[in-house]
Order: sequence, then structure tokens, then C-alpha cells
Amino acid sequence: MPLTGKRGIRTTDIILTLIMLLVTLLCLLPLIYVISLSFSGKSAAASGAVTLFPVDFTFYSYEYMFKDSRFFDAFGVSVKRVLLGGAINFVLTILMAYPLAKERLEFRSRDIYMWVIVFTMMFTGGLIPWYMVVKSLHLTDTIWALVLPTAVPIFNVILLMNFFRGLPKEINESAKMDGAGPWRTLITIAVPLAMPAIATVTLFSIVSHWNAFFDGLILMNKQHNIPLQTYIQQLVVAPSISSSTRPEDLINFSQRTFNAAKIVVTMLPILIIYPFLQRYFVHGITLGSVKE
Amino acid sequence: MRDSKNTFHYHLMLAPGMILLIIFGIVPLFGMAIAFQDYIPVKGIFGSKWVGLENFKYMFELDDSKIIFFNTIFISLMKMLMNVLIPVTTALLLHEIIFSRLKKWMQTIIYLPHFLSWVILAGILNDMLSQNGIVNQVVTAITGEPIFFLGSNNWFPAVVILSDVWKEFGFNTIIFLAALTAINPSLYEAASIDGAGRIRKIWSVTLPGILPTIILVSTLNIGNILNAGFDQIYNLYNPLVYESGDIIDTYVYRIGLVQYQYGLATAVGALKSVVGFILIFLSYRLAAKFAGYRIF
Repeated sequence: MPLTGKRGIRTTDIILTLIMLLVTLLCLLPLIYVISLSFSGKSAAASGAVTLFPVDFTFYSYEYMFKDSRFFDAFGVSVKRVLLGGAINFVLTILMAYPLAKERLEFRSRDIYMWVIVFTMMFTGGLIPWYMVVKSLHLTDTIWALVLPTAVPIFNVILLMNFFRGLPKEINESAKMDGAGPWRTLITIAVPLAMPAIATVTLFSIVSHWNAFFDGLILMNKQHNIPLQTYIQQLVVAPSISSSTRPEDLINFSQRTFNAAKIVVTMLPILIIYPFLQRYFVHGITLGSVKE
Repeated sequence: MRDSKNTFHYHLMLAPGMILLIIFGIVPLFGMAIAFQDYIPVKGIFGSKWVGLENFKYMFELDDSKIIFFNTIFISLMKMLMNVLIPVTTALLLHEIIFSRLKKWMQTIIYLPHFLSWVILAGILNDMLSQNGIVNQVVTAITGEPIFFLGSNNWFPAVVILSDVWKEFGFNTIIFLAALTAINPSLYEAASIDGAGRIRKIWSVTLPGILPTIILVSTLNIGNILNAGFDQIYNLYNPLVYESGDIIDTYVYRIGLVQYQYGLATAVGALKSVVGFILIFLSYRLAAKFAGYRIF
């Protein structure tokens, strides 16, 4: 059917919008599915009746989970690493980005530092030598194993450095005139001005600390020391390989809603901070990268 | 006088971070010596026997190494291709949407998966793709029998590539969308006056407008070709799919920290580091030359 100009545009608009709505829904479906699974009854989950809404709504999986002390231990380790690791990242990122944002004339060694930093980002010794260094420092099975090797998030340092560079130079000059030293200028002027960028990198570092599982896997040997993601990895991801080979295994069926509940609780903190995260980070990732 | 005093404080600010970077970034480089040793942990680096290039020779003789190098490059190339194609398409579609509130919502939702860990997503995928999972219910309804997605060498790479696209396409869309909004609106007006329709405008104005960004992203991707995604594959794979899914990083982890063949694992890792470094260096140089890109 031939359509006239204006009407035609309206139809394509609707089709395009519907396509994008479908794409958007596709992003949410797995998350909705796991949430409904976690609130569903055992037999409904087992028979595969659960899709977008919980079937036989129950809190059973959550009640069962809250009795699990190992889950709480792991949750505690994760909270601890986010707070401690996030604080260390916060302080070191600011302390490194500020002097690196200085012009070469003002801080001659700046370029040398920069080359070392970029070199460590581009060239690594590989997993085994890194593991041996952490081990020989006797960090294994301490919280420091999770926060010290990741203490300097290089990408964040570069991001913040580029933000500092974009601040008007006159402000620093006038602070200098007033007799403020570098520490005072940093704390009272540069940091408040760079707050949007600092919020971005801090959220990035919180997310990466919360999501990390591998360091917990190889550096923590005692069960009560492993962070939440590692705990989930060990209990949910690894054993379910065998569960898919033995679909008749009845024990795994109850495990299914229970695992779903653990997954939901683990992703909850990310979903909670997501509104803040998304407000800053679009700005953040375009902040320091492409420059003409 | 004053300036040199400031310089001292700048060094002081950098010191704690630099010390940690040197400990965890530079010191391990010396540990790469293990690659040339028959390393025995109790003897340490200074006590273990030097074997020259023995570990590297052994690596190239192993059938495993051909497989892991192929898998690594194949999976990451496919991911790179898809992670440019799909986000560009998504950006074009989003850009055409006239309901601006809805558009904002869509944008916000599609990059949510980027912030969830592979542990979480693999947990969900494992359930969805299992024999009696939600996906196989649909498959069974259509073909009559379920597909063993995570246990079949035919399906595993596809699952890896597609789930990575699912997780990252929204995030990757942002940069193309930013490039789209930077296109001068008068170009569209001029095209309209010349009688260009929607498709023609996309082809002649939009695509040329974001081409530099596409080239820049693709160039920077070259540096990551040896990173096929450890977190993802480690959480999705199992011995049944080593043949199609084992990559350099998972292999190094297994032979090094599970089987304790330190010398061999370090050699494989070292080779990856050196080649990776050359690739990153080249990609940065290319990006600087053709797109004026600088990281600092």
C-alpha cells in the first residue's frame, strides 16, 4: 500500500520503536527470569513453568539462604573489600592524577612517571609471576590480597588526570598567589571541582571490586575468606555443569531456585547503585578518551 | 624556589601509588625468568635449573597450543566484529527514534548488563541453557530435542560470542551514539532539500559521519586480540568444550595454578604478553596517526 509522506514516516517510526523495545526487553529478560525463578516454588522451577513471572510465589529460597552462614561470610568479605579497596583506590587515584595533570614545565618528571604507568598497563608479566609476587609477600588469605594488587586503577588515573587538565589554570594560579601549597590546592580546590569525575571513577572501582572473583579464587584458600562472587562461582557455576548432564537429579532441582536467589542478592548492590552509575559514567567514558 | 618545593610534594603524592605499581606491575616482569627454567617452587628462581628455550619448544610441540591460539584469535575476532556491527546498528536505530523519553530509557537499560559480573551472568546462562532450561524448552518445542549448548563444540563458541555481545553491545553503543549526535544537523537539512529519504540520509550522511569512530574503535581493538575474555569463558566452559573454547588465559591458569607446570605456564603467558604488547603499541600508533587519538 503506497503511503503519503507524513503518514509513512509515522509508520516507520513505530516499527523502529517496536524493534528497539524488543532489543531493550531482550537485555532485561535473563534478569527478570532469574528474579522470578528465585521467588518460585521448587516443583514449578523444576518443570520449567517459570518464565517472566514467579510461579507458586514463595520466599523459601531466601529464607533458606539467610540461614547459610557461609553466604554471610562471603557477603561480609565482599563488603569489606569494597569499602577498603574503594577507599584505597579513591585516595591513590586522586593523589596520582593531580601531579600527573601538571604541565611538563611545572613538573619535569611527569613524563617519566607517565611512561612507567602506561608501560605497566600495556605490558604485564602474566598470571604466574604475578601470583608468585603476591604469595611471597604473604598476602594470601588476608584482605590485602584483594585490595593491594588492585590499589592503582590505571585507567581511572588517566581519566581523572584528563579531567584535572581540563580545569581552568587560573584557579590554580590564584590559589598559589594566596599562598596555598600543593596539598591545600589539591584538597580545597582541585578535588571539589573534579567531583563529577571523582564520582565516576569511584563508582567504577566499587563495581570492579564487587564483581571480582578470580583473585578470591586463587589467593584465598580458607572458605571464610572468599568474597561473594567467588562463593557464587564455586557453588552455582561450577557444579551446574554436572547438573545439565543429569537432568533427572532431583537434588539440583531445589538447588535451582536457591541458586537463583543467591544470584539475585549478588547483583542487587549493582542494581541499587546503577541509577547513580549511569548518571555519571556516560559522561565519564567520553571524558578522557577521544581528543582531537 | 617555590616551584622546586612544589615538585617535591608532587613526588610525595605519587610515591605510594608508584610503589604499589612497581611491586605488582614491574617486579612480576623479573618473574618471567621462570619461563626459561625448570622451575621448582621450593628451590625458587635462584635455585631452579635454567633450561633455555626448552619450555617454548615444548609449547610449540603441544597440540593444545595450536588449539588455544586458534580459539583465542577466532573468538576475539568474532567478538570484535560483532561488537562493532551490532552497536553501530543499535546506535543508528536509537538515533532514529523520535520519542525522546523512551529513547533515554532504552539507552539506560541496554548498558545495564555491562556492569554485571560474568559469574552472575554465567550462573543465569547455565540455568537458561541447561537441558531442561527455558531456551531448550523452546528448542524442544520446535525441533523435538534439546541442544546441549554448553557441552557441544559446535555451539559453545557461538554461545560465548553472542552472550558477550548481549552483555556489551549497549555499552559499546554509547560511543557511536556520541559520534552520531556530533554530526552537523545542517548536513541532514541539506540532504532533505536534495530529496534524500531516511535510508539515503543514513547511507550518505550518518555513516560517513561516524566512520572515523568506527575506524578508531576497530584499531584500538587490535591491541586486545589475545584477550578473548577469561572471566566469561572460565565461568562458562567445562572439559567437554576445551577443544572449541579453551583460550590462552584459561590454559595458563589450568596448567600453571591447577597442574603446577609453572615453567610452561609462564612461557605461554610471556609469549602472550610480548605479542600483546606489540599489538597494543601498534594499535595506539595507528590510532594516533589516523584518528589523532592520545591516551595522555
